[in-house]
Amino acid sequence: MQFGRFSFRLTGFRKLLILLVGIAAAVALWRFISGLGAVTNLSDEWPWGLWIGFDLLCGIALAGGGFSTALIVHVLHKDKYLPIVRAALLTSMLGYIIALVSLFLDIGRWFNFWRPFFYWGYHSVLFEVFWCIAIYTTVQVLEFGDIVFEKINFPSLKRILHGALPFLLILGIVLPSLHQSSLGSLYIVAVDRLYPLWWSMLIPFFFVWSAFFLGPAMVTIEGTLAARTYGREPELPIFSSLTKVTLWMLVIYLIVKIIDLVYRGVFSMAFNGSFESNMFLIEMILFIILPIIMYAMPSVRNKLGGVLTASILVVVGVVFNRVNVVFTGMAGAMGGSYFPSIWEWLMTMGMWSFLVLAYCFFVENFPIMAKEEYVHGSGHSIGTGTGFQA
Amino acid sequence: MSKGVLVDITRCIGCRSCQVACKSWNDLPADKSEFSNSWDNPEKLSANTWTKVNYYLIEEEGQKLKWRFVKRQCMHCLEPACESACFTHSFVKTKEGAVIYKPTELNKDYCVGCRYCMIACPFGVPSFQWDKAFPYVLKCRFCYDRMKEDMEPACVSACLTGALKYGDRDELLAEAWERINTIPGYVKHVYGEKEYGGTSWLYISDVPFDKIGFRTEAFGKPVTTRSIPSLTWDVLKWTPALFFGWGAVLTIMRAYTKRRAEHIEESELFEPVDNK
Repeated sequence: MQFGRFSFRLTGFRKLLILLVGIAAAVALWRFISGLGAVTNLSDEWPWGLWIGFDLLCGIALAGGGFSTALIVHVLHKDKYLPIVRAALLTSMLGYIIALVSLFLDIGRWFNFWRPFFYWGYHSVLFEVFWCIAIYTTVQVLEFGDIVFEKINFPSLKRILHGALPFLLILGIVLPSLHQSSLGSLYIVAVDRLYPLWWSMLIPFFFVWSAFFLGPAMVTIEGTLAARTYGREPELPIFSSLTKVTLWMLVIYLIVKIIDLVYRGVFSMAFNGSFESNMFLIEMILFIILPIIMYAMPSVRNKLGGVLTASILVVVGVVFNRVNVVFTGMAGAMGGSYFPSIWEWLMTMGMWSFLVLAYCFFVENFPIMAKEEYVHGSGHSIGTGTGFQA
Repeated sequence: MSKGVLVDITRCIGCRSCQVACKSWNDLPADKSEFSNSWDNPEKLSANTWTKVNYYLIEEEGQKLKWRFVKRQCMHCLEPACESACFTHSFVKTKEGAVIYKPTELNKDYCVGCRYCMIACPFGVPSFQWDKAFPYVLKCRFCYDRMKEDMEPACVSACLTGALKYGDRDELLAEAWERINTIPGYVKHVYGEKEYGGTSWLYISDVPFDKIGFRTEAFGKPVTTRSIPSLTWDVLKWTPALFFGWGAVLTIMRAYTKRRAEHIEESELFEPVDNK
């Protein structure tokens, strides 16, 4: 398909994705006409479901790749990671847009969505989340605008954006740090209801920390996927080198988690055999301890299969953690039961299909991916050597 | 003075007059009855049912079977979790003691319908109009309109046995302890005195509270007596410091590491992927 300067190749798979987006749009329309009860299985016992628990909480966490690579590349100036920074920013931006759309669909009185900008409920964690996400999404669009205008000629706007970039970069790390943690703080109100293995005054730390260490893992997965899709060589040296960041952050996460559980006197609850405790043990052993071991072994982390498997474990682990907080940990106290309706599933599938389509479109039409000779060629190599030998 | 209601479980006969009075004063539609294996009707609070009576049949060894009836409604916390959770401040604790919803009560329609108040409420009270295209979050309003006219709430006015008593919370609390200390049989506890920072509705009972659907323990520990807003604030108050502190740290780090960074022209590095 051609529109002007832009092209988008249609494959069978992409047509399927477009169909899913179309179905989701129809479901969204129906939801606005008939209310949430007709479309979702939500109830007074389960006011938050798939769209908030998965699309929003996991979507934002998965978009953590944007701010962690921004921190590594633009603040610490680890330039060997520069080739992946734009792809990470793109995924992150699309993730946030999806989270915002999900939120818009999920709120009952959507026509009031702008009210929190004017009626200050500053005593609410959600207030901080809302402001940070709204501004950060704008920041990402502006950062991304700087890239878009490399292709679209608009010198004056490009100059303004470029000048504002250092400020945007710092803001683009501070804001997500704040709201990633606040998404955890949201659950402080659930004291006495969220299972104590997850409820903690430290939950903001756990949320922001995991969103950060998820970043490199997410970059590894999407880098591999993109490489496979476009017949490129995966940026393995970068992926292997990034595992050092994830490894140490995982270790610290585990230590703080244990200290926190012991300090609150609930450590033994992890072994009481309840459904919650088993889910918690799976989360810790399969998705924290196992990746630590895998990342610690050079024979694993320096092979694409190894680093990819460990990264998938990390990413699934963060999703697993969020799902445990929203569903597993609350189930005992909320009563009733909830399983998403077919319409909720279709909506979610449509959202993520849109993400894939948008990613492909931008990558194929804008300078997002590094030129291959920079990543793998010898002449212009940007310091990938150390990582490769590590 | 902040108002409250003292509910004396020993005096309630389960007639549901309060339920009917609430429906008629607040003009609430009926919820369709369904067969179930409990005596409760309707089964739970909803956007149309702001108060209801729960029935409990208590069997204790060596004692006669006991019926006990517990009226449920919003507890009207002294420091409401719903108020602090709302990012448009759509719930407010009035000086009279009622926790009210501004969109329907004060015609200030800021509510976004995010339902965080429903996550936040420790008693699971606020209910959502799931069947409406433009839904509200509804719950007991302590008959705020009557309260302002110095009238007791509709449910209290309908109570035949004196199980419900309306008055100043402080006085009711004193009276509750007086009843507990002078009349034998009461459990030595006023539910709502300290739970989650205290509530305007207070309960006294002659059977243990955990037997009649009150949460006295959570995960093996007594429920917290700190108000939920104060817990949240303990974390939230660090936000401005974190914003500027973390921002400053990042700016300094960036300036510091920039010196040894090689300059790379980004526009040279990237290109669109060829997907032909």
